Amino acid sequence: MNFKEYLQQNIVILDGGMGTLLQERGLQPGEQPERWNLSHPEDITAIHKAYFDNGSNVVNTNTFGANLLHYDEAELTEVIRAAVANAQQARELSKAPQEKFIALDIGPTGRLLKPLGDLDFEEAVAVFAKTVQIGADCGVDLVMIETMNDSYETKAALLAVKENCDLPVIVSNAYTDKGKLMTGASPAAMTAMLESMGADAIGVNCSFGPDKLQPIVEEYLRCASIPVILKANAGMPTNVGGKTLYNILPPSFADITARMVQKGVRVVGGCCGTTPDYIGELCNKIKAFAPDRAERIIKKNTTVISSYTEAVTFSDDPVLIGERINPTGKKRLKEALRNNELDYILSEGLKQQSAGAQVLDVNVGLPEIDEPAMLTKVVYELQAIIDLPLQIDTSDPVAMESALRIYNGKPLLNSVNGKQESMDAIFPLMKKYGGTAIALMLDENGIPDTVEGRVAIAKKIIDTAASYGIDKKDLVFDTLAMAVSADNNAAKVTLGSLNIIRHQLGAHTSLGVSNISFGLPQRDIVNATFFALALENGLSAAIMNPFSAEMMKTFYAYRVLKGLDENCSDYIAFADTVQNNIIIGEKAAGGKVDEQLTLHGAVTKGLKEPAAKLCKELLKTIEPLTIVNEHIIPALDEVGRDYEQGRVYLPGLLMSAEAAKCAFEEIKATMSDSGGKTKCAFVIATVHGDIHDIGKNIVKLLLENYGFAVSDLGKDVAPEVIVEETVRLHAPLVGLSALMTTTVPAMEETIRQLRVAAPWAKIVVGGAVMTKEYAASIGADQYAKDAMDTVRYAETVNGEL
Amino acid sequence: MIRTLSFDAPSWDRCEIMRYARIRGANNSYDSLIDDCIRESEPLLTYRLCYTVLPVNTDGSIMIGNERVASQTIGKAIRDSKQVILFAATVGAPFDRLIARYSRVEPSKALILQAIGAERIESLCDAFCDQMNTELNDTGKRLTRRVSPGYGDIPLRLQKEIFAVLDCPRKIGLTLDKSLLMSPSKSVTAIAGITNECEEQADKCAACDKTDCAYRK
Repeated sequence: MNFKEYLQQNIVILDGGMGTLLQERGLQPGEQPERWNLSHPEDITAIHKAYFDNGSNVVNTNTFGANLLHYDEAELTEVIRAAVANAQQARELSKAPQEKFIALDIGPTGRLLKPLGDLDFEEAVAVFAKTVQIGADCGVDLVMIETMNDSYETKAALLAVKENCDLPVIVSNAYTDKGKLMTGASPAAMTAMLESMGADAIGVNCSFGPDKLQPIVEEYLRCASIPVILKANAGMPTNVGGKTLYNILPPSFADITARMVQKGVRVVGGCCGTTPDYIGELCNKIKAFAPDRAERIIKKNTTVISSYTEAVTFSDDPVLIGERINPTGKKRLKEALRNNELDYILSEGLKQQSAGAQVLDVNVGLPEIDEPAMLTKVVYELQAIIDLPLQIDTSDPVAMESALRIYNGKPLLNSVNGKQESMDAIFPLMKKYGGTAIALMLDENGIPDTVEGRVAIAKKIIDTAASYGIDKKDLVFDTLAMAVSADNNAAKVTLGSLNIIRHQLGAHTSLGVSNISFGLPQRDIVNATFFALALENGLSAAIMNPFSAEMMKTFYAYRVLKGLDENCSDYIAFADTVQNNIIIGEKAAGGKVDEQLTLHGAVTKGLKEPAAKLCKELLKTIEPLTIVNEHIIPALDEVGRDYEQGRVYLPGLLMSAEAAKCAFEEIKATMSDSGGKTKCAFVIATVHGDIHDIGKNIVKLLLENYGFAVSDLGKDVAPEVIVEETVRLHAPLVGLSALMTTTVPAMEETIRQLRVAAPWAKIVVGGAVMTKEYAASIGADQYAKDAMDTVRYAETVNGEL
Repeated sequence: MIRTLSFDAPSWDRCEIMRYARIRGANNSYDSLIDDCIRESEPLLTYRLCYTVLPVNTDGSIMIGNERVASQTIGKAIRDSKQVILFAATVGAPFDRLIARYSRVEPSKALILQAIGAERIESLCDAFCDQMNTELNDTGKRLTRRVSPGYGDIPLRLQKEIFAVLDCPRKIGLTLDKSLLMSPSKSVTAIAGITNECEEQADKCAACDKTDCAYRK
C-alpha cells in the first residue's frame, strides 16, 4: 500500500524526537546532526529501528538541516543518501508488523525570507529543491516539511516538493504561545494556503507539549478538509542534576495525544524530548479505541483566502474588496505606476484598509509598462506591509503566474470566465499555486442577457473546474453588473443570476458594484441601492470603492439589519466617524479655529490633513508653483533651520515633511503631467547586504519635498543595479546608505563601480556607521550627517549644474 | 540545555523611548505620536528568549560552539565568574512589519517605532536578568552586566556560533543573515557572568567606554 492510500484509511503514527536522542549519544551543541548519518550510521539506524519497533508507520530521515545553505552539493548528496540508507536499513531490521514508510525530513533553512530577512523566495525554493531531488532519487515514500515558523518559507518548501517530485507531502508548522507562527500567520491562514497548494496532511509540531498545542490543533480540525498532524514536544525541558528532562512523561503524553485523535487528528507522533517509549505508549493508547479504518474526513466546504497572516472567509457576512489599486480612470495612479512610485501605491492600499476593505484588488495594467514585472513587484511590496489578502487582477496569464508564485498566502484570482481558453489558462495555475478565482459569467458568445444564460455558464465553469480537481468552493461567481443606463433590465438579470447561484448552486458571489450606474449622474445614489439589493439577493463580496460614503452606509446598515453585527458595535463605530466628518466639514466651512491656520503653519506644525485641505483651497486662486515656492518651501526651510539648530527634533522635521508631502499630492492632482518642474535626478539606495532603510526613506522624503526627482532603488541593492540606474538617468547625484560595518565594503564596491561607469556622478553617503573620515576613505564625495545635510549638499550640486 | 522563555510585556519606560528617539527634553508635542505608536505596537509584540549556561575556562576564555572566545570586554564585564549565561532575545517579526509599513509611508512614526523597539528589547533583557537574579539569589549569586557581539573587542562573527549553540531560529524564530544582521531586527544576543560578588554594578551607560555616544545617559 502506498502512503497516500494508507493515510486515507488509517491513523498514521509518526516517529518521535531525534535531536535529543543524538545529544544523549554525544552530539555536541552547535554540531550538525546530519553529519552523523555518515559518521555514526549505526546510532541513527538504531534510533529509527526503535521507532519502527515501537509502532511508527513513518520515520523521518535525519535530514532536518540538510540543505545547500549548510552543505555544499557533494556533501549534501552524501549526507542525504546516507540518511535514507540508514532509515531503509532500520526498516529492514525491524520485525514490527505495521506498514512502514520513510519520509524525507525537511526543516527550515534558519534564515528569514525577504523582505523580513535577506533570503530571496526563489533562492529558498532552489535550496529546498536540491534536497527534494536528492531525497526522491534515494527512494523515500513521502516528504515531511516540519517545524516551519514562517508561512513564506513553508510555501517555498512546498512549492519545491511539488515541482521536483510526485511524492506525497505532509506539512507541519511550529507555533508560539500566542497561537501564531513566529512571523504571525494564524492556523486558519496556514490551512487555507497549504490545503489549496495540495499538501496531503497539515498540522503542528514542536513548540510545546500536546496539552498546550490543543487549541491550535482544534483550529486546524475546524478548518481543514485533509488529515491533521500533531507531533508535540514532551512538554518543557528542565535541568535536573545536569540532565535535561521533559515534564510530560509517556503515559500522559500518550493520553493527551490520543484524546486529540478522538477529536479527529489523523497523523500523530512526537517531537523534542519524546523517545521510542512515548511512541510505544501512544500506539497502545490509540489501538485501545481506534476502529480498523479511520473515519472519512468531513469536507469543510468553506470559501477562504489568506494573506501573510490572516484568513478571510466568505459567508453571509459580505466581504469588501477595495478596487482603488487599478489605473483605469485614475491619472495619479497611472503616473505612479509609470514613475515606479511604489510608496504612493502602498499608501492607497493602507488607506483602503483603514476605510474598511478586507481584501485589496491589485491591477497595474497599463499599455506602456511591463505588467508581469510590475504586478509581481506591487504584490511583493503590498504583502510586506499589509495584512489583507490580495486579489490579483490581470488578464495576462504570464503576469498572473509570476504574481501567484511570490504571493504569500492563498490569493483571489481576478479572473476566469466561461471561455475554454480562459479556463485552460487559469485552472492549472490555481491547482499549482492555490487560490480562489472570481468567475465571470461570460464565454465565447459574450454575456448572456438572461438569467438562464448566465447560470448555464456558471454550471459550465463548475464542471470544467472539477475536471481540473478544483472544487466549487474555490470559485466566486461574478454575475456582471452592466450599465442600467444602456439596458433597463440589466440589474434584474444580474440580481436574478446572483440569487440562483448563491441559493440554488450554493456558490459564493461577487460584483463590481459600481458598473451598474455607468453613464448616470450622481452614481453613488444608484450604486448604494443596487448594493443593498445585491446583498439581499446573496452577494458574498463587493468589489468597490471603500471611500464611497454611500456604499459604506449601506454596508454597515445591512449588517446591522441582518443580525451580522453583534451589539451593532461596528455600525456604532462607523456612525461615529460619519458624525465626525460632518463636524469637520462644518468647521472647514466657516469655523474660526482653522481660519488662523495657514498652509505655512500646517507644514511647520506637521498637520497633514489641514495641509492638504489648505493647499487645495489655495490652488483655487494661486498658481501651483507659487504655492510651492512661497508657501511650502519656506515652511520646510524654517523647520529645517530649526532642526539644524537643535530647536526641532527629527520626528518634528519628519512630520513637517509628511505634511508637505500631503500638500504636494494636492498640487500633483491639479498639475498636468509635465507641469511639475523638478531639480536634478537623485538615485538613492541602501547598499547590498543591508536591509535597514528607515534612514534612506527619511532622506528620500525630504529630497522629494525639495523638488529632486528621486529614484528610490530600495534596500539590499546590488552595485550593478545602482550603476545601471545612475547611467540610465545620467543622474548627477547618488546617495548610499549603510547601517552596519559589515555592509560598508558593499558601499565601497558600489562607489568603485560608479566611478568607472558614471564618473560624472557626485556620491553622498550616510548611515549609522559612517563618519566624515570613513566616507573619504571609501571614496565618497560627501558625508551627510543627516537628511537636512543631504538636502543642503544636493542643492549645492544642483545649483552648479 | 537550552531553555526557552516567554515573557509578559515588561512595563513601559517612556523616558527611554524618548532617549532612543533622541527627543530627550522635548516638550509634550510628541506625546500623541508616541501614544499612537505604543497602541499599534502592543498587539504585535512578543517577548521571547532562549538561554544556556556555559563554563568559563581557567584562563578566562569561554567556548562558544567552535570558537574559544578570549575577550577583554567580556572579561571586564563578567569579572571572576566561573559560569556565564548566554542568551538571545527578540520582540518578534510582526513588529518589524509595522516598522516597514511606516518606514514607507510615515517615517516620523517609523522613527518612534524604532525607539520603541529598542526600549522593548532592552526591557525584555532587563526583565530576564531580574528573573535570573531572583532565581540565583538563593545561591548567593547574581548576574554581572551583559555585553553583546559588536561591543568593544567582541567580534560580530561570534553571532554565528551563538546562533548555532542556542538554536535561535528554532527556539525563538531569530535568524542571522549573510551580513550578520539579526532578523527580526529588534533582538539582542548577550553574555552575562554569574558571580559571587553581591554588589550591584554601575549603570550600563556609565560602564561603557564609548563616551561620545549620542544615546549616552
